[in-house]
Amino acid sequence: MVDVYDPNSEKSSAQNQAFQADVLKAGALKVTGLKDLGTPYVESKEQVSLTIDGQSIIVPKGTSVMRAAALLNITIPKLCASDNLESFGSCRLCAVEIDGRKGMPASCTTPAEQDMQVSTQNKKIARLRKNIMELYISDHPLDCLTCPSNGDCELQDMAGAVGLREVRYGFDGENHLDVAKDKSNPYFTFEPSKCIVCSRCVRACEQVQGTFALTVEGRGFDSKISTGMDNDFLSSDCVSCGACVQACPTSTLMENNVIDQGQPERSITTTCAYCGVGCSFEAQMKGEEIIRMVPAKDGQANHGHSCVKGRFAFGYATHQDRITTPMVRDSIDEPWQEASWDEAINFAAKKLKSIQTQYGTNSIGGITSSRCTNEETYLVQKLIRAAFGNNNTDTCARVCHSPTGFGLKATLGESAGTQTFDSVMQADTIMVIGANPTDAHPVFGSLLKKRLRQGANLIIVDPRKIDLGNSPHVRLNYHLPLRPGTNVAFINAMAHVIIDEGLEKKTFISERCQTDSYQQWYNFISNPRHAPENTQAIMGIDAEQLRQAARLYATVNNGAIYYGLGVTEHSQGSSMVMGIANLALLTGNIGREGVGVNPLRGQNNVQGSCDMGSFPHELPGYQHVSDDNLRGKFEQYWQVAIDNEPGLRIPNMFDAAIDGSFKGLYCQGEDIAQSDPNTHHVEAALTSLECLIVQDIFLNETAKFAHVFLPGSSFLEKDGTFTNAERRINRVRKVMSPLAGKADWETTMALSNALGYEMAYQHPSEIMDEIAELIPTFNGVSYKKLEQLGSIQWPCNEHNPHGTPTMHMDDFPIGKATFALTEYVATDERASRKFPLLLTTGRILSQYNVGAQTRRTDNQSWHDQDILEIHPHDAQERGIQDGDNLGISSRAGNTVLAAKITERMQPGVVYTTFHHPESGANVVTTDNSDWATNCPEYKVTAVQVEKVSAPSKWQQRQKEFSNKQESFLPKKRKDKARVND
Amino acid sequence: MTTTLYLPMDTTALSMGAADVAKAIEFQSCANNQAINLIRNGSRGLFYLEPLLEVETAKGRIAYGPVSVDDVESLLAQGLLNGEPTHPLYLGLTENIPYLAKQQRLTFQRAGIINPLSIEDYIKHQGFVGLANALALNGQGIVDEIKTSGLRGRGGAAFPTGIKWQTVLDAKVTSTDHKKYIVCNADEGDSGTFSDRLIMEADPFSLIEGMVISGLAVGATQGYIYLRSEYPQAHKILEKAITSAYQNQYLGDNIQGSEQQFNLEVRLGAGAYICGEETALLESLEGKRGLVRAKPPLPAIEGLFGQPTIVNNVISLATVPTILAKGAQYYQNYGVGRSRGTLPFQLAGNIKQGGLVELAFGTTLADIINDFGGGTYTGEPMKAIQVGGPLGAYLPEQQWHTPLDYEAFSAINAVLGHGGIVVFDDSVSMTEQARFALEFCRVESCGKCTPCRIGSTRGVEVIDKMVAAHQQGESANQAALNELLVDLCDTMVDGSLCAMGSMTPIPVKSVINHFADDFITDLPTKHIEKISVVSLVSTGEQN
Repeated sequence: MVDVYDPNSEKSSAQNQAFQADVLKAGALKVTGLKDLGTPYVESKEQVSLTIDGQSIIVPKGTSVMRAAALLNITIPKLCASDNLESFGSCRLCAVEIDGRKGMPASCTTPAEQDMQVSTQNKKIARLRKNIMELYISDHPLDCLTCPSNGDCELQDMAGAVGLREVRYGFDGENHLDVAKDKSNPYFTFEPSKCIVCSRCVRACEQVQGTFALTVEGRGFDSKISTGMDNDFLSSDCVSCGACVQACPTSTLMENNVIDQGQPERSITTTCAYCGVGCSFEAQMKGEEIIRMVPAKDGQANHGHSCVKGRFAFGYATHQDRITTPMVRDSIDEPWQEASWDEAINFAAKKLKSIQTQYGTNSIGGITSSRCTNEETYLVQKLIRAAFGNNNTDTCARVCHSPTGFGLKATLGESAGTQTFDSVMQADTIMVIGANPTDAHPVFGSLLKKRLRQGANLIIVDPRKIDLGNSPHVRLNYHLPLRPGTNVAFINAMAHVIIDEGLEKKTFISERCQTDSYQQWYNFISNPRHAPENTQAIMGIDAEQLRQAARLYATVNNGAIYYGLGVTEHSQGSSMVMGIANLALLTGNIGREGVGVNPLRGQNNVQGSCDMGSFPHELPGYQHVSDDNLRGKFEQYWQVAIDNEPGLRIPNMFDAAIDGSFKGLYCQGEDIAQSDPNTHHVEAALTSLECLIVQDIFLNETAKFAHVFLPGSSFLEKDGTFTNAERRINRVRKVMSPLAGKADWETTMALSNALGYEMAYQHPSEIMDEIAELIPTFNGVSYKKLEQLGSIQWPCNEHNPHGTPTMHMDDFPIGKATFALTEYVATDERASRKFPLLLTTGRILSQYNVGAQTRRTDNQSWHDQDILEIHPHDAQERGIQDGDNLGISSRAGNTVLAAKITERMQPGVVYTTFHHPESGANVVTTDNSDWATNCPEYKVTAVQVEKVSAPSKWQQRQKEFSNKQESFLPKKRKDKARVND
Repeated sequence: MTTTLYLPMDTTALSMGAADVAKAIEFQSCANNQAINLIRNGSRGLFYLEPLLEVETAKGRIAYGPVSVDDVESLLAQGLLNGEPTHPLYLGLTENIPYLAKQQRLTFQRAGIINPLSIEDYIKHQGFVGLANALALNGQGIVDEIKTSGLRGRGGAAFPTGIKWQTVLDAKVTSTDHKKYIVCNADEGDSGTFSDRLIMEADPFSLIEGMVISGLAVGATQGYIYLRSEYPQAHKILEKAITSAYQNQYLGDNIQGSEQQFNLEVRLGAGAYICGEETALLESLEGKRGLVRAKPPLPAIEGLFGQPTIVNNVISLATVPTILAKGAQYYQNYGVGRSRGTLPFQLAGNIKQGGLVELAFGTTLADIINDFGGGTYTGEPMKAIQVGGPLGAYLPEQQWHTPLDYEAFSAINAVLGHGGIVVFDDSVSMTEQARFALEFCRVESCGKCTPCRIGSTRGVEVIDKMVAAHQQGESANQAALNELLVDLCDTMVDGSLCAMGSMTPIPVKSVINHFADDFITDLPTKHIEKISVVSLVSTGEQN
């Protein structure tokens, strides 16, 4: 009897991962892991044993006969079944015979039962299958040779498998061959004449993505896939996640790239470089050209799902705007001079050295990128600490999740989220605070929606109505529309209610938390000033609603909190993170699946850039620079003395630049000119620098102020690792040579060597080996192990050799958890007579961050400009109509955006995105920041809004400046770049 | 003295002019100064006599029919109110009309007798006795009664009702916020059938009582009647009856003081035949497209909204009060073999005396068409009888002596189904009938499974090609097409997801097997033209 390993049965516990690793060694995963087993894994305590074609197998009760057969490597023909979709039973090709049963049931919808005897092949079954295929082909074009699916078509495969040789019905009968194509979506084409109405696309849209944009219209022979009432794909609810395209067994839904260029010839698994979900993708290639990105079925963060960005918006990587030759200039008023790598590196090194000679060691610094790999980030901070000789290193996490690092370290003892994404499938109440998962973390958003459709409770805490609460078949229990800037009042009120109503988990608190800190906090929080009845006027949340929400979170088995930048980007961002941790500890929602504190990270490697020691006060692995022991370890390994004083944070660098004490900056893969708040201030700082070195793939806004431009490499051009929001270290694999000849880690190395600090890595795996030596929680990580396991969630060391999916199961890194006192202090930024509205910012699905990547793709079809969302009441007061140009002014500056009137907003609050540089959203935002980490208060700016007729002065100047800087680019550039648009 | 008259208000009587007759009676009696109380009952099921007017006399109810508006004056003039026998439409005591007298009315015991909207009338005629008995039993006790009665699903599948109930009784809801459901399938779409409609229009409380009892039996607290939208009269009557049942605590949170709960709602279908298939019905009831679900899971375990659900036909549920009132054994005593109790047969098509005939299982088709039907409507000889709806076999004369019981019919590759009997005289084209079976499937298939979705369309085309080949004398081609048609039938039988696709070949094969001489050849020229026009039209629709 074969007791077959079912890869999907693997829960994400360390023990099971160990088991998985053993199986890997045996080579079993390769066989079963990627194969489509036809129907999903079924969890059951009961096992049944059955016999298929004479072979016995034990499977969990409820497993389909089809899956059981697939696990035995018995192939049953199928067209409508796929193991990421519930079985459907429509194609009927998978018919089998079962002893003692009438007829030929479909194996996909027939559950395996004890002692069942199944035959998957005999003459009768073969005849039925062939006759069914004959029916299919009688309504299918016979253009296999010119079909985009040629070579990758399940229908073709099945026709071959059943031995179809003729179609006796002829081809003159009723058919769908003349139905027109829908080419509205920029990335894929819908060709209904090829459709076999298997509903896989419809079901993928429902079950995998959760958007329900597709349906089957009509019945019987008239059944056809439809995007709704008189819509095409682009104007429908479709979010272009690609799940339908992937699900399609024919070429009915097909990537335009494949239609144009044919089937890819090879495939390399890598990790998406967009958001913090960290989806695994197969980069499917022809030579050095990407044909398509297909989400990897065995991707441990995404399980084969994707969003419009990762799936389709990769064209930027080979866009004609890519700069592939190093450039230098003495002044930003001069045109760029192209240079060789050596010339550019030496130019930069010379400038940096002379600045240090003139202004001192601390007059230069660097910014690591949350978009680059762990290895590259590590190298940049190492360059700064070892070659620059100071700790003036910071990263873009400063402006997004630095309060997460601070707040979670202070309370739970580790600067990271506590769960895996899959953990959400065990959650009973899900509270989403200041996050917009369906737009900003879409693949996790889909998983979340799946759990919600299963009936989990949902609480949304957001000033604005987000799509998650309005998803099909999702019940939003409470939307708590708090006023921007009152997060801490809210989280305190939640905790107060739980104490007030005796809903706290006393055992957990006494066993897992520090008694003193709890007592102190208890005395603090039980004060009636935190009661929702006393703070409802501040928060704008009804006290009774808040009480009900608190009960819903505290009284279920598993309560999970997911939060985003709506929590961190505030003057009390760190307090709010600690408040969230307090709440989770108070209710015992830490240390198992289904619970936890889950920061949704903005960029692909925010977690990693923090882990890698990008912050000025912490060496890699959050090891403080002032700790002699810890620092000593690095000094010894790096063979260099390290400053024991923390260096400058990004805002400090700007201030110092304006003061004249900070003159040189090495900025890798971050567009501080567009992304950082108070643009006027940032621009003033950048123009004060004597040497700004920008390493990027495009001439971004920051590069327009630079003296040295070092061409960067996209994620497709290098090896390395990214760490996602669930601490998962995923491999990034080089699928094409760097366009400019160097991967980013090689460039950093060259700069270091030119500065006289030798670096001689042959491959990023050697950098990871160094990281593993120096960071205790990375001790067990290596490229070899990553190859074996697919990915690793740190901590990974001798205690957790296969990583740690769920943190804090037995204890906290600091032993017992700490409750932090989180007094609510109102931000200075508040509505006034002059600035009566509050502006808050966020992002949308199709664009990413500052848009440098997505603006250079067809994602522009969905969102080609930033707009200002405003409540009808506020619009009416100001005589604003949809589409009007609005001047938005704050105490920092003003800009102009088009109006969109929507009831998503609450009165008094306006909203915009910051994907387009000309929008100047950050001209308006102020330099208010988090008290602990300086994370900017992007989410609250007091503004006034009025109708205007012309762009703002800044916008006019920005356009002028931008045009001038672009005219400084060498002319031949465009011919040299690889064109792909 | 006020005389009580009865004139039905069910759909059949109304379509035969009962509304106008009623107005005429009210008008004429008023003009004559005759005091009457006209009760609008349901039909007795003797449709060939509709509108059937009855008068209450000391001897009993005396019938006149079929009554037209023109007859009213003469009827009243000739002593209608005293039950005088002089009028040509006089039929004597209703209960002695042989068509009715020879029946075994259990389920339809009150049909046409009571005022369907009067709960008092219902109670006066043994209504809610079954419920009272059920309230004295526990769930298992009720289920045991149904099991003992031998009742099988009257929708057509004939699954033992007691076993289905036992499954729901034993099944658990997925969590405490969920509940079990009773769903009544009132999407009566088979051609030639009307028993569901008649019981809902003539005796709606029997269905309500049956559903309450089923709820008590399995612990379900919510019921839905999924009613086809083509039954507006039944809808009106059901809604009024349900309101009355709530008012009298036969529905609601405290049924007859028992603290037991049962709520009931009517939901209308949207015109798809397939929604009579139980799983498609559940999808539709959940607000989705009427798409067949694969089984397992059975609806009894995962039915409406994923919870344990009884889905029973109207007649099955409306029979339950009788079983509980008179005892399982009483009901079980009727019938033969494994087919126990009675079946309300529905005589339709080319028949002289159409109507509802409730009889114990075991009688023959010949008995029914001879004793009740009275020959064809056209007077021409009968050629074929289709039993069990559009997916039932066409039976040739030699099979008309088959006993009407589930197993006997199954043995000859036929089905009893919902008890519809449709008669054809010898002018029928069996080719057209075979083609119609596939055409019906083409139009009504839900489109989920391939054999049904594409096969039905191809089936129609193959028959058309066979006709064309025959016309052109291409016998070799014809033989190949014949083999293809048989292959297609087998594919649909073996490969279809639900009964719609797998039963469509039954009528086709019955024509091939029993009317071999007529198949393909019995098509008059004008029919061929029609067929080719139909093919063109359907191709046109596609484009």
